[in-house]
Amino acid sequence: MTLFFYLFAALALIGGIGVVAYRNPVTSAFSMIVSFLGIAALFILLNAYLVGILQILVYAGAIMVLFLFIIMLLDVKEEQGKTYPVIAITGASVVVIGFLSLVVTALKRSQVGSIGLPRLSDAEGAPTDVQEIGIRLFSEYWFPVQVVGLLLLTATVGVVVLSQKELR
Amino acid sequence: MDTAITLNHYLYFSGALFAIGLAGVLIRRNLIVIFMCLELMLSAAAITLVAFSRFHPENGQPDYDGHVFLFFIITVAAAEVAVGLAIIVALFRARETTDVSRIDSMKF
Repeated sequence: MTLFFYLFAALALIGGIGVVAYRNPVTSAFSMIVSFLGIAALFILLNAYLVGILQILVYAGAIMVLFLFIIMLLDVKEEQGKTYPVIAITGASVVVIGFLSLVVTALKRSQVGSIGLPRLSDAEGAPTDVQEIGIRLFSEYWFPVQVVGLLLLTATVGVVVLSQKELR
Repeated sequence: MDTAITLNHYLYFSGALFAIGLAGVLIRRNLIVIFMCLELMLSAAAITLVAFSRFHPENGQPDYDGHVFLFFIITVAAAEVAVGLAIIVALFRARETTDVSRIDSMKF
């Protein structure tokens, strides 16, 4: 359990660093897929099977294919220039170090995160997470589901309008 | 030494992944890569949701409300990526570039 956590966390972090470090956008996109696979494995490690599978299907599958398709459609070249501007590196380091120290300080001060992994009941015939999430989606959360459906419809229409040759 | 995984492990990991995405957004100049880093930050935040739902069980089951929340986040992210990439394509048609340092005027 501990070993798998470190393994997949390292996989996701290395993939994330690859996204930022590689200059070629196609390589960045493939690093992103590695990162998403690591995150999905962590979800499954946390007993979130449905969400882990959705992460692979939607993120590593659909969304990254869309990204790769657009990268190849636009024929994006590697970024020109040897280095990034010093001001960008400095600014990014300051913001990132500030954010990380904020996270570390907040977690050190509070007791929120110091709990260990609680045991789950392993009774026979207990509903699976797919059943539980499905029941919640169609009872307690029926209104957000409708709103999300409307959102997807709006996004579809919006993308078609945006993709026209001549925007009016 | 206590090597058991606590909630803090997941929160630190999520913070680190978010920081990597943030660095990418600030450093990179390619619009598509910046957009991918945004997705990375969104996923990093999603990990905290699942971790909290697993570490605060109800009746021996994970708190599935967090999973439902993540379900909606993934849906919204899919719509967001489609619209964002359509905007990038429209921008590329107008300006022939995806380099943010060369997209510096509001009016074409």
